[in-house]
Amino acid sequence: MSVLIDKFDVFAGGFWLTLQICVLAAIGALILGAIVAVLRISPVPPLRAVGTAYVNIFRNMPLTVVMFFAAFGLPALGSNADFLRIPGLDAIFNRLGTDLPYFRFALIALVLYTAAFVCEALRSGVNAVPPGQAEAARSLGLTFGQNLRYVVLPQSWKASIVPLGSVIIAMIKNSALVGFFGVVGDLSQTADQLTSAEGYAFVPVAIGISIGYLIMTVPLGALLDRIEKRQAVAR
Amino acid sequence: MSQQSVLYDVPGPRQRRITLISSLVATVLLLVGAYFLIYQPLDDKGQFSLDLWGPLVDPSDENFSLVWERIGTGFKNTLMAAALAILSSLVVGTLLAMLRIQLKSLAQRRFTGLATPVSYLLRGLTWLLSAVTRICVEVFRGLPVVITIFFVARGFPEFGVTFDTLWYLVIGLTIYNSVVIAEILRSGMEGLPGGQSEAAAAIGLAPWQTTRMILLPQAFRIMLPALISQLVVVLKDTSLGFIISYEETLSIGKQIIGALDNPIQVYVVIAVLFIVVNYTLSKLAQYVQRRLSRGRKTAGTPAQNPPPAALMSQAEGGGMGGGV
Amino acid sequence: MRMKRVAAVAAAATLALGLAACGDNGSGEGTGSGGESKSFAAGSTMERLNKAQAIKIGTKFDQPGFGQKGLSGKPEGFDVEVAKIIVKELGIPEDKIEWVEAPSKVREDVIVNGTVDLVAATYTINDKRKERIAFAGPYYEAGQNIMVKKDDTAITGPDSFADGTKKVCSVTGSTPAEEIKKHVKDVATQLVLFDTYDKCRDALKGGQVDAVTTDNVILLGYIAKDEASFKLAGANFTKEPYGIGVKKDDTDFRNFINDTLEKAYSDGSWKKAWDDTAGKFGAELGNPPAVNRY
Repeated sequence: MSVLIDKFDVFAGGFWLTLQICVLAAIGALILGAIVAVLRISPVPPLRAVGTAYVNIFRNMPLTVVMFFAAFGLPALGSNADFLRIPGLDAIFNRLGTDLPYFRFALIALVLYTAAFVCEALRSGVNAVPPGQAEAARSLGLTFGQNLRYVVLPQSWKASIVPLGSVIIAMIKNSALVGFFGVVGDLSQTADQLTSAEGYAFVPVAIGISIGYLIMTVPLGALLDRIEKRQAVAR
Repeated sequence: MSQQSVLYDVPGPRQRRITLISSLVATVLLLVGAYFLIYQPLDDKGQFSLDLWGPLVDPSDENFSLVWERIGTGFKNTLMAAALAILSSLVVGTLLAMLRIQLKSLAQRRFTGLATPVSYLLRGLTWLLSAVTRICVEVFRGLPVVITIFFVARGFPEFGVTFDTLWYLVIGLTIYNSVVIAEILRSGMEGLPGGQSEAAAAIGLAPWQTTRMILLPQAFRIMLPALISQLVVVLKDTSLGFIISYEETLSIGKQIIGALDNPIQVYVVIAVLFIVVNYTLSKLAQYVQRRLSRGRKTAGTPAQNPPPAALMSQAEGGGMGGGV
Repeated sequence: MRMKRVAAVAAAATLALGLAACGDNGSGEGTGSGGESKSFAAGSTMERLNKAQAIKIGTKFDQPGFGQKGLSGKPEGFDVEVAKIIVKELGIPEDKIEWVEAPSKVREDVIVNGTVDLVAATYTINDKRKERIAFAGPYYEAGQNIMVKKDDTAITGPDSFADGTKKVCSVTGSTPAEEIKKHVKDVATQLVLFDTYDKCRDALKGGQVDAVTTDNVILLGYIAKDEASFKLAGANFTKEPYGIGVKKDDTDFRNFINDTLEKAYSDGSWKKAWDDTAGKFGAELGNPPAVNRY
């Protein structure tokens, strides 16, 4: 058990790195997912096709494969994901001055994969708005954009928030894979490192890592449960 | 589905013209973008050469049949692990859901007919069991599947229990997915109108009989699409077998890459394989859902409360939970 | 349905046992095709394996020249050939070997748990590992080295990482990864870890890392495949004697393997195994390393 105390800084470091990845990936996935969702319900057929194809491709592929394409496909395209190096973000990427692209690759993979689910969560919210609302808006002469902005979206986000929450929880858990694709020092890789390279006993390390993930996922899940119960009452 | 057409008017001639033009422009832009950003850099690096693609797509290549034989083995292993995992998850998940429902109804009983110490004992036991199952559900739902599989593969031998890697993978996947399935079924049962179980009680069924004969069958029916979608999740999650050296599609892919040095090509093939199978499964889920909702209308079954959105999306949205 | 399957499995198992027993009898008469019949001290591991006519061996599946599972679905390489020499000496036919993948980080575990009977997997002998298992051999002595791009002149050895700017790649849980940690300034930004060396090589080729470090023979395998792109950065900076891992207390089996290795040194089968596999990459074999009977 002493490993939990002796190596507390290692666990804390892993937790911190995982948290950073998750927060950044969540923001990215929400933005990209919203864009894809708009594409999927837009009036222009090719855009709709693009949105649908995007969701079908990324939802049906194992994340491992997406990660691989991000970490090895992007370099083959001649990119080190430098387009992500915008001021502010850059400070997080360039920890201590050296630039490792794998953090960015992992981020891209998580965003691309999660966005497909975000899109579906948002769409399920839109579908939950009674059709009469949109029809009434249309008969008032609102355009597609106005319809979304003033009538549908303000009502749909409430229905989307719980599914979105579970998407984010899933993403936190999925982030455990980044350790296998060149990101050094996240929570799951910490487990590997401590048990196999440094020879610590397995059970205490397992407990420490589990606590790390549960700290992130369980409270979020509980929050969602509460929101859901309140919404059920409101309905 | 129908929502899309509800959001905008049926376009008139002018609108149709604009749509057509913008469609064409969008298509052209996409194609041009794909050409310059994807095709050209790859072509410059020789990623389209037949040296790299040949073994995968050219039947006359000397390695073609070997490569596909290996991929076939891998995919068979993937399917086997997925099938075993989903079966055991269904069994364990159903039992867990029944147990939790049972405990919940027991928790309301006061066991007044029994001697005081016995009744206190029973109530304590009920409370303890429901606390334990609750904690199990929360913990295993909150842990990444990779970690669960890794823990199983490292932890079991620690206590002197060893299996083939297949079983570590199946156990790891079962632990996670049975908990998710249990929650799907439980919420399905709790979503049923209260009259169902009241009627069952009125005709003299015991609580567990009510669960088994009245609630569970209906919950299965409502949740069938979600359950099928969970299959997609399991299938995708078997790809995590690579971390414990189980020879599924991705591990085999890695071996092929080691021999032929064509990582991008092999991964493209594997991705297509997964997308095709999983897409078919999702379509099946949609079809089942349509059949069921049609059947429900004609059969005149009472309208159920919709199952909680979180759980539905957890399962159907690619089971996010595991969704790797 | 389920019962039927269980019954079928049971039937198959009985059948297999029966067949195995038959095979055993056959070779016992000295006419078997699997080689001459052997006799070993009663109760020893050798006797048990010989009686069972089956052995499980842990090796790498992704190490060119040492243990790589290619398109044939069978592992090939120097480790594999050395293991085959030992198996032959045990009087077990080659096709009765079950190969189990043993990546760097699980090698001790599979021996301790009894998942495999021995491990031959570019397995460096060191004292920390000797606490849990025992080593026969060494049968080869490698050394850690660094692979860089052909036109790289900035990296000359492990000390080139001390200033904190160069990035180096290795494999999770391996000795080279631990060793290079002593030489880099900041692990978090300079060290990249993957599960296979293939990925490290691709990362080096793509320019995401500046160097790949591991045992020289592994690097030579990659250089042999792509001489236009890669080279070694300098001399070996560690000694990595490869041994055969067995259970910690199994001294008889260890001595048996050591005897077998010495025999293979003198009858030329050791050199032949090398020439057929890793020797093709241009690494030098040198003189046979003296086995260490501790």
